[in-house]
Amino acid sequence: MKNQLRPALTIFALLTIITGVIYPLAVTGIAQVLFPSQANGSLIMTEDGKAVGSELIGQQFDDPKYFWGRISATGTFAYNAFNAENLTASSGSNYGPLNPALIEMVQGRIDALNAADPNNPLPLPVDLVTASGSGLDPHISIAAALYQVRRVAAARGLSEADVQALVDEYTEGRQFGFLGEPRVNVLVLNLALDKIQ
Amino acid sequence: MTLNSLFQIIFYIVVLLLLAKPLGSFMAKVYQGEHTFLDRVLGPVERFIYRVSGVKADEDMNWKTYAVAVILFNILGLLAVYAVQRLQVFLPLNPQGLGAITPDSSWNTAVSFASNTNWQGYGGEVTMSYLTQMLSLNVQNFVSAATGMAVLVALIRGFVRHTSKGIGNFWVDLTRSTLYILLPLSIVLALALVSQGVVQTFSEYKTVVLVQPVTDANGNVVTKQVLAVGPAASQIAIKQLGTNGGGFFNVNSAHPFENSTPFSNSLEMLSILLIPAALCYTFGKMVGDARQGWAILITMTIIFVAFIGLAVWSEQAGNPAFTKMGIDQVQTNVNPGGNMEGKETRFGIANSALWAAVTTAASNGSVNAMHDSFMPLGGLVPMFLMQLGEIIFGGVGSGLYGMLAFVIVAVFISGLMVGRTPEYLGKKIEAYEMKMASLMILIPILLAKVGTAIAVVTAAGLATIYNTGGPHGFSEVLYAFSSAANNNGSAFAGLGANNPFYNTALGICMFFARYWLIVPVLAIAGSLVQKKKVPASSGTLPTHTPLFIVWLIGVIMIVGALSFIPALALGPIVEHLMVFK
Repeated sequence: MKNQLRPALTIFALLTIITGVIYPLAVTGIAQVLFPSQANGSLIMTEDGKAVGSELIGQQFDDPKYFWGRISATGTFAYNAFNAENLTASSGSNYGPLNPALIEMVQGRIDALNAADPNNPLPLPVDLVTASGSGLDPHISIAAALYQVRRVAAARGLSEADVQALVDEYTEGRQFGFLGEPRVNVLVLNLALDKIQ
Repeated sequence: MTLNSLFQIIFYIVVLLLLAKPLGSFMAKVYQGEHTFLDRVLGPVERFIYRVSGVKADEDMNWKTYAVAVILFNILGLLAVYAVQRLQVFLPLNPQGLGAITPDSSWNTAVSFASNTNWQGYGGEVTMSYLTQMLSLNVQNFVSAATGMAVLVALIRGFVRHTSKGIGNFWVDLTRSTLYILLPLSIVLALALVSQGVVQTFSEYKTVVLVQPVTDANGNVVTKQVLAVGPAASQIAIKQLGTNGGGFFNVNSAHPFENSTPFSNSLEMLSILLIPAALCYTFGKMVGDARQGWAILITMTIIFVAFIGLAVWSEQAGNPAFTKMGIDQVQTNVNPGGNMEGKETRFGIANSALWAAVTTAASNGSVNAMHDSFMPLGGLVPMFLMQLGEIIFGGVGSGLYGMLAFVIVAVFISGLMVGRTPEYLGKKIEAYEMKMASLMILIPILLAKVGTAIAVVTAAGLATIYNTGGPHGFSEVLYAFSSAANNNGSAFAGLGANNPFYNTALGICMFFARYWLIVPVLAIAGSLVQKKKVPASSGTLPTHTPLFIVWLIGVIMIVGALSFIPALALGPIVEHLMVFK
């Protein structure tokens, strides 16, 4: 037992320095040189150097003239990635499939979509009325974007064809042609909309 | 399931199996002390560590000394993690000024990371300073994984060596696992993840101006969003490779800064099973018969594939309540369909359900979707994979030594059936090995069931169930104790677990599940290493044949089913019947 105490202490200290200090510092150093934008949060900057969001983190939209994202279950307001007062963070709803609160949340989103665009003839895609896992999902499915084209076009006085063309332009396919799901980045698309009008 | 979903799953399994041999033979070299291409860089570091710590690299330990070294080193790690959490408020690298962590939560997290469980009662970005993440959690990610690998290698030496006492030197196995295997893989993976958008910075959290201001729950207008960042990629790389699973952020690998793209998702999923799968090949190579390793890898893969199928089918079928509300859940090329509650758009159904099976087959426990919101049978899959004892790939090292306990039981039972003395790899399996293997199988089962039982009859256990008033609440508790008692760490995350009751109870489960298993493993190693090699005879049961694989699957499934079907019937099974009534 006593013979093992010295190696236990010294090896613990040395491996702490290697894996807890040198390793993260080295990775940070290399990452900051090779991938500075990604390493710092993929921020979207305006021309005057103001950060208006991250390509990877969604924002809440409920104005009819914007595309809306997934429902977000983060604390105090939707897409709240960090709240210093309440110490809330990224979060899913964690509602089980039979939880009445799940049905209420989904119905609330359906009602809001109907109020903003009554009698939309398209089928309602499931990702548009459910909460994401992180509460920060930046994407919606192509079907969820197409569903909203009519509303956004009407609210902005644009033709549906123009808005549709913009959705097509900002659609990301599966990565390398087969990984993941095709999707539309809501924040990037809305910034593009604001730019044309 | 569309062809594309099927293709993504098959692609994953094929790549995993293709990598098992090259990495497995490399690890065999590392553990046999042979020359590798990393010697030039790492050899001097390794020798420096031994010199400073007074370790003689060629000095073997008997099983008791090995066990003492393992326990001593782990207790030291546990104390260090506890201390850093309690003191982080006084320490540097805390740009958000996060406060000291409560004693019960610190205890839970310390056991959790030392035992390679990485259950998280806390939310990373609102709790842990950068220093705590790096210096205590990240270090444990490495050394708890290396501990598991070392113990496995000691057991393998029990089969390889004969009529001797030594099963290797823990300090050497620990150091070589960390330096030669975990560290190089982590560096490569971390940088690949950053290229995809996973953050790696020491700056304070970023503030951005919202495009559309929103109103919060108190009626105030909010114009800014604070984005939590940090040195995440370096930690996520080892969290996956070491089957740790503890997230940098609260929602783990569902967070876009922790898992940004479908490619980062594939890399992370692959790294979860990479080392556990490759260790099967290492095992075969070290015992001098690669077929023995392949037989175990095939056994694991067959059970794994069956459960992937069930999870994907269940999630893709969707929630009938949604269909009644006029929601379109049919999968097409533009609509992911299925039960998208708690899932991320970029991953969709197939990659979320696949991840759930991967992370619980291994004792990883990271998530890229919220298991609490899975359909009942989709949630049953990760729960049952944990309850099987984390042996379908399992944790790095611990998965294979758990599986070898089942092999011992399978060999023993078949020996009884044909009336021959059971043997495995030329070693007689006798009552002592059988007793130790039984302990390894029974302890986690006991902890999971007794823990669940106590929680559901006490007010403290019932108080923080989130989905109340039905079988789902019971599932949350059963899932939590199955996770802790098998050192997995994933959760039905609605359950409020950051309170004295769950922090303490789950901490106790994690502690015993890890260290009460390591001691019997090493005892088996110590017993086997003394035995003579028995040459194979006509009465020897071959353990690399399809017949043995089927037999082993049977033993695993019967033990798992008999232990947990009654409990599962009260949770996900009855819930499934209620959803589809």
